Amino acid sequence: MKNWLRIFAAVLLAGFAQAQDVAPDALVRNITQDVVTVLKQDKDIQAGDPKKVAALIDTKVLPHFNFTRMTRLTMGRNWRSASPEQQKELISEFRTLLVRTYSTALSSYRDQQIDFKPLRAKPEDTEVTVRTEVKPSGSSQPVSIDYEMEKTPGGWKVYDVKVGGVSLVTTYRETFASEVKERGVDGLIKSLAAKNRQGESAKSGKT
Amino acid sequence: MPWANRICAVLALALCGCATPGGNPADPLEPFNRAMFSFNDSVDRAVLKPVAQGYRSVVPDLVRTGVSNFFSNLEDAWICVNNLLQGKFEDGGEDLGRFVFNSTFGLAGIFDFATDAGFQKHNEDFGQTLGKWGVGSGPYLVLPFLGPSTARDGLALLVDTRVDLVFQIDGVPTHNVLYGTRAISNRANLLDASSILEAAALDKYSFVRDAWTQRRRNLVHDGNPPRLKEDDDEDSR
Repeated sequence: MKNWLRIFAAVLLAGFAQAQDVAPDALVRNITQDVVTVLKQDKDIQAGDPKKVAALIDTKVLPHFNFTRMTRLTMGRNWRSASPEQQKELISEFRTLLVRTYSTALSSYRDQQIDFKPLRAKPEDTEVTVRTEVKPSGSSQPVSIDYEMEKTPGGWKVYDVKVGGVSLVTTYRETFASEVKERGVDGLIKSLAAKNRQGESAKSGKT
Repeated sequence: MPWANRICAVLALALCGCATPGGNPADPLEPFNRAMFSFNDSVDRAVLKPVAQGYRSVVPDLVRTGVSNFFSNLEDAWICVNNLLQGKFEDGGEDLGRFVFNSTFGLAGIFDFATDAGFQKHNEDFGQTLGKWGVGSGPYLVLPFLGPSTARDGLALLVDTRVDLVFQIDGVPTHNVLYGTRAISNRANLLDASSILEAAALDKYSFVRDAWTQRRRNLVHDGNPPRLKEDDDEDSR
């Protein structure tokens, strides 16, 4: 019995160590392929079942994102004027919003081909950009999706996504800044929460 | 060309009429732009989006792709010229190859064989050419019906519409049918994107503005825009 436990622990540890050692481009490729495989098989997700999409994102995608850094970057200078509690709320609301947006994007996935570009980075780099390209089925113009990633003790984490050169962080930055300027950090948190609730009701109303 | 005159009039109005101090420095015309944006948005919601949704549900996938390819092929000729104007001869050659190949073997562009043959589609227009030549974008500008633009890109659009191959085809009714079909086809291609926008944006106006501005910058620099200072981490860890 003890031996079994030891082997079990060793396997667990090996798996854990592996997750940390995976190169950033390989990580993006693995996650993408995992997600696409599920998307192609699951008819409920294709029909836009919000629960199943959320579960897929929760298990496959979210562990590889650093939402704290993402929120901090989006807040820019205003991050420091937010209290630790406010920061926590901001991260959680922003995370909900991004997950919902991502769900919408995933349910519109058809059969696009995804190309993975070779990684241009030195082995000692702790910040890299992983480039991929999606070929939409309708038109022939490919869309680039780039992941800005950082090395952490828990493996490589994504802190910004650029679609066709449009950065998630940069796009939200102006909106966040003007909300904070007009209504304060609490005002921004309220807006985010309201947007998230509105999404909830829209979703339940639709299905 | 009444269309061009109309755009000119709007541009002039926008540029001198409603500039207000304060707010976003890249968007001094925000009050005008917001009004125009909500006008476009209501036109879209009332007419264009429902029609595009109907088009997508009624017309088979294959036919829609053919229609979309047909217009995309007509664009390739002008994309080629713009690539040449920017000194990108290899890309321009590829565009020319695409246009010739798809116009003939692809039956007037309905089939896009060139992409399968490895000729990549590019995204160019006269606004990007001006940008490449060093012309600044000027203030952000929302055009009626046409949507996000800038002073530079709005003026460049006059050139784009003048050389538009659809415009060269004779006969006003044919024009209108083609313009209409193109608008519906383009909007149908964007249906998924616009539902993502609905889910994502806190303030649709500024979200579209900030996303579109980055997209244009990215296009002008062909996917490798120089890093902006504000991209840097504001906060130390």
